[in-house]
Parts: sequence; structure tokens; C-alpha cells
Amino acid sequence: MPQLLPPVTLPNLTQNQKPPQIEDIELRLFLEAVFLKYHYDFRGYALASIKRRLLQACQKYECATFSDLQGLILRDPALMAELLAYLTVQVSELFRDPSYFRAIREKVVPHLKTYPSLKVWVAGCSTGEELYSMAILFREEGLEERTMFYATDINPEALKQAQAGVYSIDRIQTFTENHRQSGGKSSLSDYYTAAYGWATFDKSLRARTVFSDHSLATDAVFAETQFVSCRNVLIYFNRPLQTRAIGLFHESLSRNGFLGLGSRETLRFTSYADEFTEFSYGDRLYQKRGEG
Amino acid sequence: MTGPFAPTAVVIGASAGGLKALSEILPHLPADYPLPIMVVVHIPPDKPSLIASLFDDKCAMVVSEAEDKEMIEGGHIYFAAPDYHLLVEKEGCLSLSADEEVLYSRPSIDLLFESAADAYEAGLIGIILSGANEDGAAGLRRIVFEGGRALVQTPETAMAQAMPEAALKACPSALSLSPSELLAELKEAGDSCLNA
Ligand SMILES: C[S@@+](CC[C@H](N)C(=O)[O-])C[C@H]1O[C@@H](n2cnc3c(N)ncnc32)[C@H](O)[C@@H]1O
Repeated sequence: MPQLLPPVTLPNLTQNQKPPQIEDIELRLFLEAVFLKYHYDFRGYALASIKRRLLQACQKYECATFSDLQGLILRDPALMAELLAYLTVQVSELFRDPSYFRAIREKVVPHLKTYPSLKVWVAGCSTGEELYSMAILFREEGLEERTMFYATDINPEALKQAQAGVYSIDRIQTFTENHRQSGGKSSLSDYYTAAYGWATFDKSLRARTVFSDHSLATDAVFAETQFVSCRNVLIYFNRPLQTRAIGLFHESLSRNGFLGLGSRETLRFTSYADEFTEFSYGDRLYQKRGEG
Repeated sequence: MTGPFAPTAVVIGASAGGLKALSEILPHLPADYPLPIMVVVHIPPDKPSLIASLFDDKCAMVVSEAEDKEMIEGGHIYFAAPDYHLLVEKEGCLSLSADEEVLYSRPSIDLLFESAADAYEAGLIGIILSGANEDGAAGLRRIVFEGGRALVQTPETAMAQAMPEAALKACPSALSLSPSELLAELKEAGDSCLNA
């Protein structure tokens, strides 16, 4: 019997099959233009959030459409730097989700103590809060001396602030409370000096840190690590880009290395789910499988 | 809009007093309710969220806290996680975001409603329940703009009236209904979806 063509189904207009709106076509073209001109690759980002933020940028720069904004940005590199503040989200805290850091102390640190030297990668470090949290924790747990930290992000302005380690004093109360809840063994005030409304974190905390511009969307692995902490970055990616990023972590981590994610992030929807074990699932801590 | 209303999804926003209204609605929907329901309830960010498990015990539909990049399915109620915004992606999955608070809220009802309106256009039903702020009004207006249906808990039946009042002010065409009428409306939407 000849092969039958599949029956013709009437188009059912669910959101999956609808033709893209003009605005969405323009959004994709805009992201393509940003990639071609500046090599920032936002094409695999989850679009709902990026669209909202770029609509705000359109308002700010008085553009009626994403196409107008595209015209501007292609000719004005200074604007690209400003738009990064819309395309990336710089929201962070010291010891954000204290239970995550408590779990690192209680469950991961005992393993890390068995290594003579350690490399830790804080991916998507934003303005540095996560890096300083990690550095303080490692000092408190007696691991600092043997550790080298990599703190990476794509936003140069955020990296600059991370390197400075200066935060507004009104955030210190939250930071202090978080640190305490994370099982902090010292007083947070040991690590910063306050003056004129700013808290400046001690530069010895970052003496063992390399800050660098690195994109999980376009760059490759740069070092073998034992612990990767990448929090609240993957939520901005679609599934294929999440898989790419996890692939980098998997490649970078040594056998039985640890991966920590944000409190609502999961490996479940990436193709690496089977390559890690859920080391402490509620805390979103994973361990790379030993074999293979 | 021309043609009959063909619902494809429901979004609900609730704040102070909203849990009471929700518990008069969600537990009464059948297990095979065909539409997905996404819910934002304002809760303090540091509280572990018990809402999803609370409703899971009471509801016939599947109830869970939304996971990032989870596919949206009918018969399922998704609650926004504390301290993250919940957004609908056009390819039919959910996204979380750690963006700044909007109107002092994270999760923000406006953000869920706006992204859902963008994804579902005329197929969306948006419901604003009891609450003491103005979150959701802009989102509901966006739903109306896309041709979707706007429903608001009658302020007199709400423990806190500011949120339904703001929503009604922003969307004069919205229907103002008691929780039991909202339930009836949702059941009807489910039936018309099944018969479509
Ligand atoms: C919401 S912040 C998370 C900050 C911190 N990790 C935390 O959880 O508090 C997200 C960060 O991811 C960064 N980011 C976005 N895309 C990235 C990419 N492709 N590669 C590396 N970092 C990226 C942003 O610049 C931003 O600093």
C-alpha cells in the first residue's frame, strides 16, 4: 500500500501555532543585530522577560518599535553599554537564600576539605554579592587559603562593581541577617568598613579571585573546577541555552564536583539531568556523577 | 472581537484576603478541568511557600509551585514561587525571573497577566481577587486590550477592596462577580473549551 500522507488537520489556534506578531519578529531581529554587531548573544534567552525590559528601553530612548531601537544601537556602541542594563538583570544579595549557604557549609564543605587545592566558579556573579558570600564562607570554614575563585559575568559594569565590593549601607542589615541565618561563624562587620553611607568589603576577600568577562552563551570552559555556583542566571535562558550552560559546568567540574543553582532552578529540563545526582535537592545542590 | 470566546488559559491574582476567595473557587473545579490556571498570590518572600501544598490537598486538579521552563498543561494549577516573578512564554512554558519588584511585589500580578496576555491573546481569562494594593490593574487592562476576558471579585465580597476596585477602575468592561459566580464562570469556560 502506498504511503498515505498524514490527514490534513485544521489549524487549531493555540499559542504554539499562531503566526508571530510583528513585534516578536522585530524583537528577534533586534537580538540578531545585537549579536552580529556586538557579539552579545541574547537569542537563546527566555523572551517574555527580555521583551518587557526592552519595551522599557524603547520608552526611555523614545523608540516606537524594536526596529527603531535596532537602528539606534547599530550605530551607537555607547548605547549598547547602556542597554546591557536592560538586557541583564542585576539583582543580588549577600547570602541570598541563607539555607543554600548553610547547606554548602554543612554538606559540601566536608567534601571540599578533602582536596588539597580548590577552584570555585561563581558564574553570573553580577555585582559581586555571591562571590563575597562565598569568600566569607570559605574563610570561616578554613578553606580560603587553598582556594582560587573565578567570578564571571557578561556585564562589564557589574563586574567593575564586583571588583570594588562597595555596597550601600542600607543593604547591610539584610546582608547581616542573611549571613547569620547561613550559619555564619563570625560577625559580618569584620569584613567591611562603613563610611559615608557605603560599606566597603575588605579587599583581602577578593585577593584570590579572578574577575572576568565570560558568557555562558558564547564562551568555552576556561578551567577545571570543583564547585560551580550559578544562581538565578539560568532562569533567563530558554531550554537549549540552559543545556549549553550546564554543559559548560559539566565539562569544567572534576569528578564528583558540585554544582549549586538558584532556589527555583533545576536540571530537570536540560539533557544533563542524568549526569548529576541530586546531592541536596531542596537546596539545589548537585554533584557530578563519578563514572564516565 | 468577532466569533465566540474560546478560552485557552486562566490567570488569577490575589493578595490580602485572596486565599479565602481562592479556596471558594479552586477546590470546586473538576480534575479534568481543561484549562491551565496560573496564580500569583502575594506572600512574604522569606516564607517557605505552603500555598501550593495547601491547595493540592483540597483540589481535584493537579496543583504545584511553578518550576522554571515547565510546560503549561490543562488541568493544572500553577502557583508562583515566593520572591520570583512568574511569566508565560509564547512557546507554552513558564519562566521565573528575579527582576526587580514591580509595585513593591515579587511575584507581580501585572507581570504574569501581561506576559500571559501576550501569549494567549484573546483566549485568556484574567481574574483579580481580594487585595490591598493596585497590582493587577494594568495587567488586567492588557488582557482586555488583547481581547481576553476580565473578571473581578465584587469589592463588597472581598476582605480587602483596594485591588478589585483598582482593577475595575482600570477595566470598566470587567465583570464584577462574587466567588461563587466566578466559579460558575470558570466552569462554563471549561465546558466551552471542551466543546470547541
Ligand atoms: C539576577 S543576576 C544573579 C546574581 C547572583 N548570581 C545571585 O543569584 O544573586 C543574573 C546575572 O547573570 C548575568 N548574565 C546574564 N547572561 C549571562 C551570560 N550569558 N553569561 C554569564 N552571565 C550572564 C547578568 O549580567 C547578571 O549579572
